[in-house]
Amino acid sequence: MSAKEEILARITSALHDAPVPAPIPREYRKGSDMPRAELIELLVDRLEDYKAHVDVVEQEELPATIAERLRDAASYVVPHGIDEAWLADAALANDGRRRIDAPGAVLSVTDLDETGAVLTSSAVSIAESGTIVLDGTPSQGRRAISLVPDHHVCVVPVSSIVRLLPEALPRMDISRPLTWISGPSATSDIELERVEGVHGPRRLDVIIVKGL
Amino acid sequence: MSNVFMGMPTLPVFGMGNLHIEEPFPAAAHRELGNTQMRANLRHATHTIRDKRLKVVAELPDWEELRDAGSATKNHVMANLPALLEEFEKNFTARGGTIHWARDAHEANKIVADLIREQGTTEVVKVKSMATQEIGLNEYLEERGISAFETDLAELIVQLGHDKPSHILVPAIHKNRTEVRDIFLKEMPNVDPDLTDEPRKLAMAARAHLRRKFLSAKVAVSGANFALADSGTLAVVESEGNGRMCLTLPETLITVMGIEKLLPGKEDLEVFMQLLPRSSTGERMNPYTSLWTGVTEGDGPQNVHLILLDNGRTAALADKYGRTALNCIRCSACMNVCPVYERTGGHAYGSTYPGPIGAILSPLLTGIKSEENSSLPYASSLCGACYDACPVKINIPEILVHLRGEDVDSKRGAKKLPSQMDLMMKGASWAFSSGKHLALLEKGLPLGKLAAGRDKKIKALPGIAAGWTQSRDMLAPPTQSFRDWWKKDHTPVAPTHKQEN
Repeated sequence: MSAKEEILARITSALHDAPVPAPIPREYRKGSDMPRAELIELLVDRLEDYKAHVDVVEQEELPATIAERLRDAASYVVPHGIDEAWLADAALANDGRRRIDAPGAVLSVTDLDETGAVLTSSAVSIAESGTIVLDGTPSQGRRAISLVPDHHVCVVPVSSIVRLLPEALPRMDISRPLTWISGPSATSDIELERVEGVHGPRRLDVIIVKGL
Repeated sequence: MSNVFMGMPTLPVFGMGNLHIEEPFPAAAHRELGNTQMRANLRHATHTIRDKRLKVVAELPDWEELRDAGSATKNHVMANLPALLEEFEKNFTARGGTIHWARDAHEANKIVADLIREQGTTEVVKVKSMATQEIGLNEYLEERGISAFETDLAELIVQLGHDKPSHILVPAIHKNRTEVRDIFLKEMPNVDPDLTDEPRKLAMAARAHLRRKFLSAKVAVSGANFALADSGTLAVVESEGNGRMCLTLPETLITVMGIEKLLPGKEDLEVFMQLLPRSSTGERMNPYTSLWTGVTEGDGPQNVHLILLDNGRTAALADKYGRTALNCIRCSACMNVCPVYERTGGHAYGSTYPGPIGAILSPLLTGIKSEENSSLPYASSLCGACYDACPVKINIPEILVHLRGEDVDSKRGAKKLPSQMDLMMKGASWAFSSGKHLALLEKGLPLGKLAAGRDKKIKALPGIAAGWTQSRDMLAPPTQSFRDWWKKDHTPVAPTHKQEN
């Protein structure tokens, strides 16, 4: 008997009393009608609690805000699908710091390690837990680019914010590689004292964009 | 193969590896109780985390409804495990992943070692994982010339300190910052000799130490928190980003997961990803969760393997009163509220799984007849705090009592001589059968004084009663019994009748 056949036979034998479980009750909150302004306020509160820096801006302010957040970075990487208009600010245009990661022209891990920051968009955000989901589509890029650089600047369109996790999951394509981010890298392993920043990006700047 | 049960039930096949304790719990606990530094560290840590947990749980108006859904989902998974496993395998394989099945720890270890050798490397990076701890993977690999580097900060502290984990979530919970600094100074190459004990500085030392390993590793080994049957998706929940490093950068990813970790589908994540972070670290959400479905071209490892591990899980499943222990999502809320764990620490439980869940899970995986683990179900005051804290409502006290019964039953008839307990019960039966017998026995009370010290306390009772004085002193009995006192000091008076009108 193969290991698989044997394990399945053991399970079947273990369940010979044919337990009939009760139906799964789903009485928990599945939806919410929180107004948009409150959703933004809740998400900002949660992200700041994780020690992320948050800007809430109008769409026309976005390029300048991005330029400001990336000002200190010696270099930064963007995924190939990022909206060019976001990078239109004069301070960013052609200043030689930008590196583009694209399928077929990916940056090596060493290149990424030497890159100061990364700019990505995001797929969906959950206000109640302060969670931003990246799904690897062209505006967010492959997982490594938002991991290795020490500083992550992440754009959150207001239309992608929901209050509850059960509202967010239907918006996720589960077959894509997903990264859920709730604040910068952190550890609580020494005396349960939270320290922000270990192996992932130590700095997380979130820009919430109204009208987007 | 068919999942319809036909024929004789197979005998339960128990697990092996780091599940057996080396000495019975009472002896180990007695030694650990003397470690006052460990007790102080542990008290601070468990109280911090339980307060945080209560605060974030109170924020959710539907916490009890989430627990009900989580508990029912897990019961559903266990009842339908063969079909869900087959469904998961089909979907994971269709997306370019490879599934292996392992009957026990040895088989799982061998599969991992062979996969690593195929890649021509002798170094792997590891994400903290209970399953690989349970099967003793690091030790197995080391014996075969493969170095496994733990990348979670707490696991790194334990590994560099040549120590054992003592908590399932915060394995170095028994160490304070000064002890951690001392370990780093002694064991970490190229560490700054002026390293202070500030947690931030220590975390940065770990970052520098592991950075090159992450960027150059060819193979990573992980566990998994959840597996979704209907899509073939795996999930790892973590905080530091070390998990993301291991799951994303190497070319080969090998995951070891217990067969009980399945969930039917995506919708179930909405329950468990609310229950788990709040119960474990007392956070609204852990900093990073990674989900991957087989192989994605151009993103992450292109050579992806999953080992589905039994190692006693089917034996636990066969215990119809104990099987809900498999519903455990390894959040560790039970140990953070347990008065016994808080005092003895995790090492006293011997197994990879300490605390209340360990006291039921370890004997279920190894069998209660496993000599050493039979003492674990007694490592509890049955106060029920663990049941209240459990996000999937595992009735730990009930299972503890059930396993105590199993232990007593398994030993019944094996004894030839009457035990001390039998003799004591026989004696008590005689003493309480008549007032005269009791009076006779009470004449011996003054003898108690001899057993007590000058402080009138008895510090060690003999035989089976020694358990009582192991962790407490007993007052010496009075020199005189109540009956004697009554006789001597109480002059009988004729009853008086009050006049009432």
